[in-house]
Amino acid sequence: MPEPTITLKVTRYRPGQEKAPSDQLYSVPYHEDWVVLDALNYIKDKIDGSLSFRWSCHMGVCGSCGMMVNGVPKLTCAVFLRDYYPKTIRVEPLENFPIIRDLVIDMSDFMEKLRRIKPWIIRETEKPLAEGEYLQTPEEHETYLPFSMCINCMLCYSACPVYGLNPTFLGPAAIALAHRYNLDSRDEGQKMRQPVIASHEGIWECTFVGECSEVCPKLVDPAAAIQRSKVSTTQDWFKSMLLPWKTK
Amino acid sequence: MAPHPDKPQVYHPKMAPTWWLKNPRYFLFMMRELTSVFIAIFLVVFLIQIFKLSQGPEAYASFLEKLRSPGWIAFHVVALLFALYHSFTWFDLTSKVQIVQLGKRRMPPRLVTAASIGVWVILSLAVLLLFFLL
Amino acid sequence: MSERKTAEPLWWALFSAGGVVAAFLVPIHLFLHSLAAPLGWIPDRLISYDRMVALFGHPLVKVYLFFVIALPLYHWAHRFRFILFDLGLKGLRKPVAVLCYGGAILGTAGALWVLLQV
Repeated sequence: MPEPTITLKVTRYRPGQEKAPSDQLYSVPYHEDWVVLDALNYIKDKIDGSLSFRWSCHMGVCGSCGMMVNGVPKLTCAVFLRDYYPKTIRVEPLENFPIIRDLVIDMSDFMEKLRRIKPWIIRETEKPLAEGEYLQTPEEHETYLPFSMCINCMLCYSACPVYGLNPTFLGPAAIALAHRYNLDSRDEGQKMRQPVIASHEGIWECTFVGECSEVCPKLVDPAAAIQRSKVSTTQDWFKSMLLPWKTK
Repeated sequence: MAPHPDKPQVYHPKMAPTWWLKNPRYFLFMMRELTSVFIAIFLVVFLIQIFKLSQGPEAYASFLEKLRSPGWIAFHVVALLFALYHSFTWFDLTSKVQIVQLGKRRMPPRLVTAASIGVWVILSLAVLLLFFLL
Repeated sequence: MSERKTAEPLWWALFSAGGVVAAFLVPIHLFLHSLAAPLGWIPDRLISYDRMVALFGHPLVKVYLFFVIALPLYHWAHRFRFILFDLGLKGLRKPVAVLCYGGAILGTAGALWVLLQV
């Protein structure tokens, strides 16, 4: 009996050789327990060693194997062939990003934005090591916990038409992470993040399409983080307008 | 430009203005945003209706006659559907954003949506009642 | 700071208030005044000219109608502005914003003027 196979339609882009991306079809053995990433690795190992893509952990932690699978941003290590079989699976590089080669996108814009929101705990004055840790109650921990699950896989950027239309938009993950640190009881850096968050490229660009939260593999809900930031920024704005002497 | 060995030619995909036709969720988003246009047109027509009141009984009656035309009725039926879609999506989205505390726990978003719909029913009945009784 | 210079929070607050008003109150008013009344589903004596003038001429009703009409115009302005951006008018950010919010402000003035006439 012939082994069952499944076809993958994969985007190829070879800079220097072609001006624009094109599609290539690969037929790979079908296994019920294979994920899309397994099929890509099979292609690379057995069929075409020139196919380029990123991956590392194969277990939904590293966030580097994000690609468009049938038009939806997915971690390819977390989508099974069986969910598409026997139809052809279309694999493309993450949308809204420049393509470096095949399925590899340029993430430097995201990395720069991530740095801009200062995703670390900021203290006005650091206390000496000898004084011990900054303590936190379980309730304080819980307020920001869901927003701290981000693995920087950029699926949310790929799902966000606002980012696609306007690449200066700070974007879902960066704002969600800023929100995560602003919510952290140990953090005192909100004032430093606010100029970036409350700028035109920040929260105000978001139209609440909501797709970022739909595609997030870690259920972070960046859309809610952005809307809550809008609410609190608006409250602060009215306070500073009505009671200017209360704010520095 | 000749490709630089250290700087490969990066391909920049462009987004078409028809991006919102690409999948049903983007399409529904666009319809949600479009509700605001139908609501605004209704409000302007409503405002003209009120204005006609100040112009005397004949002006008011002839305006109501205009609203009776099939075109306007059709428009307002569609506008009502869009207005209802706005109400539903608005309650749904705000419930996800708002954190409503129920004692120590967060009230589930679905329950918040249901509560909003309850308030919507009460307010609508109140408007009807006041309109008929006053 | 740059946060204070942008008027974005003001527009967003008006948009939100308008969205809430539109969600809770527009469907019933649309049904009542633009469908039920013209289609004759309401007894004539209830929508007679004199009764409507008395009703819409009441100061409290006027204040109520002002908010019901004016606030959702800002909901329109905000969303329509971003619809135009979404459809590719990115290069015209300023004119689009002026057109949209300007339209809403004009509508607010119009609502105020009409309600003072009744």
